[in-house]
Amino acid sequence: MHQEYTVIEGDFTNAGTASSSVKKTLKQLGVAPQIVKRVVVALYEAEVNAIAHAYGGKVLVDIEADKIHMVVADKGPGIPDIAQAMQEGYSTARPEVRDMGFGAGMGLPNMQKNVDVLNVTSEVGVGTTVEMIVNFV
Amino acid sequence: MFYHALEIDEGNCIGCSRCMKICPTEAIRISNGKAFIMEDRCIDCGKCHEACPVDAIFIKQDDFKMVHEFPHSVALLPAVFLGQFPDDIRVSRIYAALKDLGFKHVYEVESAAAIYADVKHKYAREHEDDEPLISSFCPAIVRLIQIKYPSLVGNIIPVKAPLDISAMYVLKLLTEERGVPREEIGLFYVTPCAAKIAAVKAPVGEKRSLIDGVINMDALFNKVYRRIKEQGKGYAYTALQTPQLSADAILSTLTNGERRICLAKRSYAIDGIQNVMDFLDKLENDEVEGVEFLELRACDQSCAGALLSCENRFLCGERMYARARKAAERERNGEVARAREMDAYRDYLIENSFAEPAQARSMLTLDKDLSRAYQKLEKINKLKMYLPQVDCGMCGAPTCEAFATDVVCKQVGLTRCVFYQRHLERLDDITRQECLAATRSVWGEDPIGDNEPPEVK
Repeated sequence: MHQEYTVIEGDFTNAGTASSSVKKTLKQLGVAPQIVKRVVVALYEAEVNAIAHAYGGKVLVDIEADKIHMVVADKGPGIPDIAQAMQEGYSTARPEVRDMGFGAGMGLPNMQKNVDVLNVTSEVGVGTTVEMIVNFV
Repeated sequence: MFYHALEIDEGNCIGCSRCMKICPTEAIRISNGKAFIMEDRCIDCGKCHEACPVDAIFIKQDDFKMVHEFPHSVALLPAVFLGQFPDDIRVSRIYAALKDLGFKHVYEVESAAAIYADVKHKYAREHEDDEPLISSFCPAIVRLIQIKYPSLVGNIIPVKAPLDISAMYVLKLLTEERGVPREEIGLFYVTPCAAKIAAVKAPVGEKRSLIDGVINMDALFNKVYRRIKEQGKGYAYTALQTPQLSADAILSTLTNGERRICLAKRSYAIDGIQNVMDFLDKLENDEVEGVEFLELRACDQSCAGALLSCENRFLCGERMYARARKAAERERNGEVARAREMDAYRDYLIENSFAEPAQARSMLTLDKDLSRAYQKLEKINKLKMYLPQVDCGMCGAPTCEAFATDVVCKQVGLTRCVFYQRHLERLDDITRQECLAATRSVWGEDPIGDNEPPEVK
């Protein structure tokens, strides 16, 4: 089952569109609530990242009977040092983004905590792709 | 199955579909020209009851005659009951009428508000990890969370309602202090809404309720009001103690009533079922941080706007505020004795006020088996592409998506969709008779009778 969403730069009002829709699908499938929550939290973080840091991007979701595969690919500045970005509290968010309550430097670490597989690939000046897998059982 | 207080009178139902359109959990369908409620989805919020133009949706109650079967009948009133009456009708007259109608004792359930708050605080202190804690005060909200937000059931504070605490208190008082045998006591709850009836008849997380009967607030209001009008001026009865609730207790059933006295650093009071759902959607996504307590009520203006309220919600609410202001005045003057009368049994009541936790029972899950659910969802998604997404309701389901789900999960015929019918007609795949039969299966025979339609020029 494939779902696609477009993320627009700076459009925080629509942060959570993809995660809400995925949440509904997982509830229909009867996936355990704790797992649904992990998926939703991770995907929401990834959506916010693409909105806050990049010039927009795409969310590609593939749901199978035993797992969910999510890719959030943005066009943006990229991450020069991924290991550093994975540390809690490390943030490059602009002040105006922080004022909105985002950019506390918990994004990637929070995704890491909630998913079974996390792959972050990035090219400076081109963009970042976050790939996440959560198993249902 | 789950007990529901709301029922549809098929004789009165005109199959207009207003209830189907308004139901927040999409629990209503139209078939053969009548509405019906899907029991596993209904939360007894009563939105359908409000929307029905012909009063075909009614709220089951016990026979009022039961009140006379007990030597010691007790009316357990919600505080909003007194808020129903115009200002010129004094409480003593209302109590006189209640006495004449057969109640030997009258208590307002909010007498238990202080103990109820203490029980919640105790639970909150011991369960900081489960924050945000959600009040279980409104039974429609508890049911909503059970079926639509299963991941949040663990956040519901598992305590009994003020009603149950009052019932325990009254039983203690009458049996132990006044020596009345239990079997002579009949506890009657005067309910402002359908959800509270359902909660009494089938308590979430409790085995059995102490309540012997439920009386609808609007029915009692009519009886009392009539009695007062018949008796004229000078009608009053002073042998029954009139209530003396604390200001906090009076306000507890209104919006912010619990929140204003909760100890949480950050809390929200949200009323109106759509507002509650919008908030819970965000909460479930972890988009709301640092919330410690949530007061959620299904009705706009909480119990002042309850389904069985006969008075405008704002007029009722203001009367309760006026009463609370007077009570606050008395409290400032040091008169608190009767407002804390339950404190004599405080320890016993607190100990017995915890309930079993509510369990999730998701209405959204398509199949218990994940791979079968997956197959169904694929079919539903495919079907949705063919449906017009106008949510016209002609198929007897509230939305195209709900219809697609019914087709896949309940084997409802796809030809019920009028757009799909046109599609088949275009392909010469359906006869006019078949179209008519499909539409009649939803709306019955009447709307498309066999007579000639009127000519329109």
